[in-house]
Amino acid sequence: MSGFEFVLGLGDDALVAAQRLAQWCARAPELEEDVALANIALDQLGAARLLLGYAGELEGEGRDEDALAYLRTDREYRNVLLVELPDRDFAVLMAKLLFLSAWQRLRYEDLAAGDDERLAGIAAKAVKESAYHLDHSALWTVRLGDGTDESHARMQRAVDEVWPYTHELLAEAPHLRANWLSTVDGVLAEATLRRPDDGWRPGGGRDGRHTEALSYLLAEMQVLHRAYPGARW
Amino acid sequence: MYGNDFAASGGELLDQVADAERELRAAADRSVRGGSDEETYFTELVAADQKIEPRDWMPDGYRKTLIRQIAQHAHSEIIGMQPEANWLTRAPTLKRKAILLAKVQDEAGHGLYLYAAAETLGVSRDTLYDLLLAGRQKYSSIFNYPTLSWADVGAIGWLVDGAAIVNQVPLCRCSYGPYARAMIRICKEESFHQRQGYEILYTLAHGTPGQKEMAQDAVDRWWYPSLAMFGPPDTDSTHSAQSMAWKIKRFSNDDLRQRFVDMCAQQATVLGLTIPDPDLRWNPDRGAYDYTAPDYAELMEVIRGNGPCNRARMANRRAAHEDGAWVREAAAAYAAKHAAPAAPTAEAVHA
Ligand SMILES: [Fe+2]
Ligand SMILES: [Fe+2]
Repeated sequence: MSGFEFVLGLGDDALVAAQRLAQWCARAPELEEDVALANIALDQLGAARLLLGYAGELEGEGRDEDALAYLRTDREYRNVLLVELPDRDFAVLMAKLLFLSAWQRLRYEDLAAGDDERLAGIAAKAVKESAYHLDHSALWTVRLGDGTDESHARMQRAVDEVWPYTHELLAEAPHLRANWLSTVDGVLAEATLRRPDDGWRPGGGRDGRHTEALSYLLAEMQVLHRAYPGARW
Repeated sequence: MYGNDFAASGGELLDQVADAERELRAAADRSVRGGSDEETYFTELVAADQKIEPRDWMPDGYRKTLIRQIAQHAHSEIIGMQPEANWLTRAPTLKRKAILLAKVQDEAGHGLYLYAAAETLGVSRDTLYDLLLAGRQKYSSIFNYPTLSWADVGAIGWLVDGAAIVNQVPLCRCSYGPYARAMIRICKEESFHQRQGYEILYTLAHGTPGQKEMAQDAVDRWWYPSLAMFGPPDTDSTHSAQSMAWKIKRFSNDDLRQRFVDMCAQQATVLGLTIPDPDLRWNPDRGAYDYTAPDYAELMEVIRGNGPCNRARMANRRAAHEDGAWVREAAAAYAAKHAAPAAPTAEAVHA
C-alpha cells in the first residue's frame, strides 16, 4: 500500500464516520447528546480534512481535500466498511463508535510515534480526540448494556451486528489486536454484554469494494458540489 | 473589504453586549436595602436596574412572562437546528460542513443554557418539552420555512441570526439575572453565526451566475419572514407594555425591526444582493430606511400552525423524543442501579 493509499484510507474512515454522525444532528435522544455527537463529528471531520489534505500532497496530482472528498466514486473510497454501516438506532451508532474509537486511538498513538513527521503531527492531535470518543461510547455502551431489558437487548444486538466488521480494522494492524481486544472486552464486560463469536469476516473497503450503503451516503454528500463543477463556495 | 464593513455593525452590537456584562457586575456590587414588603423590594430592585435572582420574591405575572418567553426562546434554538441540519450532509465543501456543524452545535448549546435559565423559575425541561410537543408553547415562526438550497443556510445566518442578535442584545440587560447572563453568552456566539451566513452569501453572490441566482432567491424568500421575527406591529402587541415596565423588554417590536432593516440595507449593498422591497430607501428626515412591512396576516397563519413546515418540524422533534425514550430510560435505570447504596430497607433485611 502506498503512502497515499494508506493516508487516504485513514482520512476516508474519519470522513465517512463524520458524515454518519452528522446525520444524527437534531435527532439525538437528548439535547446534551446532540452537543456531544456534533462535537465528535467535528473531531472526525477535522482529522479527515488534515488526512485528505496530506494524502493529496503525497499523491502530487493537485487534488485537495475537497477534490478527494467530493469527486471520487464509492469504488475509489478506501474506508473500512464499519464506518459506512447505517445507524439503525442509537445502540448501533454507539457500537460502531466504540469499536472505531478504540481502534483509532491505538492507531493514532502508533502513528504519533512514527517516522512520518507530518502524519505524526496529525495523529498526535487526533489521539486525544479518540480518547474522548472512546470514553463517550464506552459510557453509553455500559449504560445501555446495564440499563433496562430493552436497552440491553438492543445493545447486544448492535454489538452482534457490528462485530464482524471489526475484523477488517484489525487485519491491517495485527500488532494492535490484543490491546484493542482488552479495551473492548473491558467495556463489554462492564456493560454485561457478551462478546460475539468470530465467524463471518466481511471486508474489501480498503480496495474500494463497499456495502450498498456507501454509494447513497456519497450521493447525498456530493450532490451539491457536483452540480456546480468548478464553483467556489 | 466586506470584512471591515461587516464588523462595523457587528462590532457595535458586541460592544453593547460587553456594556451589559459590565452593568451586570456593577449591579451585583450595589445593594438596595429591603423596603417594607417583598413587592416594594422587587419594584425597587427593578427601578435601580439591579437583577432579580431566583431566590428573590417576584410577581406571578413576571414569573409567567419569563417562563413563556425563555421557553419559547429555548424551543426556537432546538427547532432552529432542523432547517440548517438539513444541509449538513450536503454542504459543498468540508470547510463549510465544519463551520455549519459548529454553528448547529452552538444552537443546541443555546437551548441548554436557556432551558437551564427557565429551570431557575421552577419549571423542568421535561415539562417544557411536553408543552412544546403538545403545541401549547411556541417557537419562532421563522423555522417553519423550508431550506431549499445551500444559499438558504447563508440567508439564515445573515438574516435570521442577524435578527436574533438585534432582538437579543437588549435582553442581555434583562432584569432577570439568569436570563441576562444566558443572553450574554449566546450573543457572543450569535455574531459568529451571522458572519458565517454573510460570508456564504458573499461568496455565492461573487461566484458563478447560477450561484448568484441561488443567493438572490434565498434572500427573496427569507427577507419578509425575517422582518416578521420581531413580532406584530407595536399597535397590536399585547405583552409589550408590562414587559417594558418590568425591564424584561427594552425596545418595542417596531424599533427593533427598524434597527434590523437599517443594518441589512447597508450590508446588502456590500453583498451585491437586492432586498426584495421596491420601497426600501433612506429617509433623511427620519435618519432611517423606509421599508415595506411584512405580511402580518401570513405571520398569524404560520403561528396558527399553517406555515410550510410546522407539521414536519414538530413531527421530527416528536420522533427524536420518542425514538430516544428507551435510551433515556436506560440511562435513568443505570443511574438508579449504581447510585450509592441506600441503607437496607426493612423488606430487604427480612428477605
Ligand atoms: Fe442561537
Ligand atoms: Fe444562531
